[in-house]
Amino acid sequence: MFDNLATRLQNVFTKLRGRGRLSEQDVGEALREVRLALLEADVNFKVVKDFIAEVKERAVGEEVLKSLTPGQQVIKIVHEELAALMGSGQSKLAFASKPPTIIMLVGLQGSGKTTATAKLAHYLKNQGKRPFLVAADIYRPAAIEQLKILGEEIGVPVFSKVGKSVLALAKQGIREAVPKNCDVVVVDTAGRLHIDEKMMNELEEVKREVRPHQVLLVVDAMTGQDAVNVALVFKERVDFDGVILTKLDGDARGGAALSIKAVTGRPIKLASVGEKLDDLQPFHPDRMSSRILGMGDALTLIEKAKTAIEADKAQALEEKIRKDSFDLEDFLEQLRQFRRVGPASQIMEMLPRIPGLPNVGKLQVDEGQLGRLEVIIQSMTPEERRDPTIINGGRRSRIARGSGTTSHEVNQLLKQFEQARKLMKQLGKLSRPKPGRRPFPFIV
Amino acid sequence: MRKGWFGKLKGSLKKSRERLSSHLSPLLAHFPVLDEGFWEGLEEALIEADVGIQVTQELLDKLREEARAQKIRESAQLLPRLKEKLVDILTTEKQPLFSEGKLGIFLMLGVNGTGKTTTIAKIAHRAKIEGKNVLLAAADTYRAAAIEQLEIWGKRVGAATIKHRRGSDPAAVVYDAIHAAQARDVDVLLIDTAGRLHTYIHLMEELQKIKRVVMREAPEAEIKTLLVIDATTGQNGLSQARLFGKALEVDGVVLTKLDGTAKGGIIAAIEDELKIPVILIGVGEKLDDLQEFDARAFVEALLS
Repeated sequence: MFDNLATRLQNVFTKLRGRGRLSEQDVGEALREVRLALLEADVNFKVVKDFIAEVKERAVGEEVLKSLTPGQQVIKIVHEELAALMGSGQSKLAFASKPPTIIMLVGLQGSGKTTATAKLAHYLKNQGKRPFLVAADIYRPAAIEQLKILGEEIGVPVFSKVGKSVLALAKQGIREAVPKNCDVVVVDTAGRLHIDEKMMNELEEVKREVRPHQVLLVVDAMTGQDAVNVALVFKERVDFDGVILTKLDGDARGGAALSIKAVTGRPIKLASVGEKLDDLQPFHPDRMSSRILGMGDALTLIEKAKTAIEADKAQALEEKIRKDSFDLEDFLEQLRQFRRVGPASQIMEMLPRIPGLPNVGKLQVDEGQLGRLEVIIQSMTPEERRDPTIINGGRRSRIARGSGTTSHEVNQLLKQFEQARKLMKQLGKLSRPKPGRRPFPFIV
Repeated sequence: MRKGWFGKLKGSLKKSRERLSSHLSPLLAHFPVLDEGFWEGLEEALIEADVGIQVTQELLDKLREEARAQKIRESAQLLPRLKEKLVDILTTEKQPLFSEGKLGIFLMLGVNGTGKTTTIAKIAHRAKIEGKNVLLAAADTYRAAAIEQLEIWGKRVGAATIKHRRGSDPAAVVYDAIHAAQARDVDVLLIDTAGRLHTYIHLMEELQKIKRVVMREAPEAEIKTLLVIDATTGQNGLSQARLFGKALEVDGVVLTKLDGTAKGGIIAAIEDELKIPVILIGVGEKLDDLQEFDARAFVEALLS
């Protein structure tokens, strides 16, 4: 398997950490690894070159090599420079002092503008704003229809008219938003190639005439070396203010984000991390660097868990654990809460790496299997859920039939539940789980 | 026809070169004699084309070895050798796109936004020109208005679309489409699936189910499972090909959006590791902007 950036860097760092003395050659060797790792992550080769030169200059300085912990010093420098490259601090959306704020989304075909438009509207609505959408992608078949459906799903008005130019649509859309008492207008534009003169002229004209407060470039997290070309041309033509990074829920290592920030100076403002319309998050550059360096993104996970897990339920569970009365009902509830936090794979990604242990981010979590576990428990009677020991052969095959699974799968679930119950018992005794223990016992 | 595409490709690449130049002709002018500066420049050119660090290093190692063994001193002598090596990686046996005398089924896969629906329209258009009876299956039941998008294309090229409602089971759409294709004596059936990230296991299972239905219901058909990859994609393209390929056997790749400045070098990594051939390339937004892949022309454009 192809090593990811985080693992590569971790290996380099582990090697450095163990050293008492470092020569210039040692540093050079480590930085070669860092270079390869960054290139594999699709960071632009020119950005990588500058980055390595910068780190090297700092790392071979006298005080680093002569310090007691040279390895640690080098790691610290790589960290600092990476964080500097990503930008520091979260970059928020700017709103006009006099509403409506006009936001225009631009980008290549297939970067995810229309979905991002709807997600942004949903995000703004949750922030207490009253968004209004303008469907101005008049070129792609059914693009307007797509935004209308999404607008309906999130309860946000969408304006569009057939046979109008993009400019006319944008202008009229803004006029329509005001009497509707909407304070943010988001304009979705057609995807276009940065080298398509006619289409870029069109965008320039819209920007000149409509004067949006924010222009956001939508970028696919899987983009390769070309990301900088695209970003530079869009900057030259429409001078965008920030970036929405999409499709970050896959296994893309997102080097494009780093490159764009480095080359254009424009920050990543928001990132899309899932298929659902509420999967748009503010982008935290410091957390992203941590994630790249394999330190996990515990902060985001805690925030997500806080919103998804209701406090009283958590307390009730704690009570049960203490009294050792954890049953299948609780197991089901725990399952549901876990799934509400987000796709399991996404959660695993955010967990910190523990040195010496296999990368938990790579643990395959089968979303479908979590669903099957739920169905199996739902096929049990309340009595069985409270006391699974009464489940005999007959009951087992009934449950399997009811849930469309096999007796074997039912057995597996019971085994997992038993493990979880034992773990809960230990948890109740100990105040903290042992490091390295699987955080969610029902994941095989 | 090939020249037209090549010229177009070269033209667009030229534009990007003027903006961010780091390419081979200036490299040759700068380093006429083989030295470290030349090797570094060559490495950067390949990396910048998204060929990826692994294949790049393999290629350069072989070239260095040859240069040493054959005492090559001029950089210009090395370029044709590099091209040959890339052409070797990318060349595969050609097969006709459409099968004669039996139902041909195209199952189109890919991550979100690579251009699956547009590619289907282009293949349908090509099939219609060749006089085939074409049917489309709207099995992207997930994305809003995906069904409408396919239908609009279907109307433009003159092909009917089998569809259910949004949110329905895609495998059921495919089942109906196959039976419709058999009843209507269709030559080419194109199946559009929802874009999905390859890391979602349950979405990969959904594709497996679709393919099972295809194989079960149309054992007489020639099935082509094509993975659509955006030329703008970086190293993640390899992961896409690996995981889609692991979930179900992929017969070929369609490389789209080659009319931009991205060079699509990731296909070299894909062919090198997974031996999945590139079959078609998308070079524009019009219906006839679809070409059969030609390894030599591609390499020329990549290293021009």
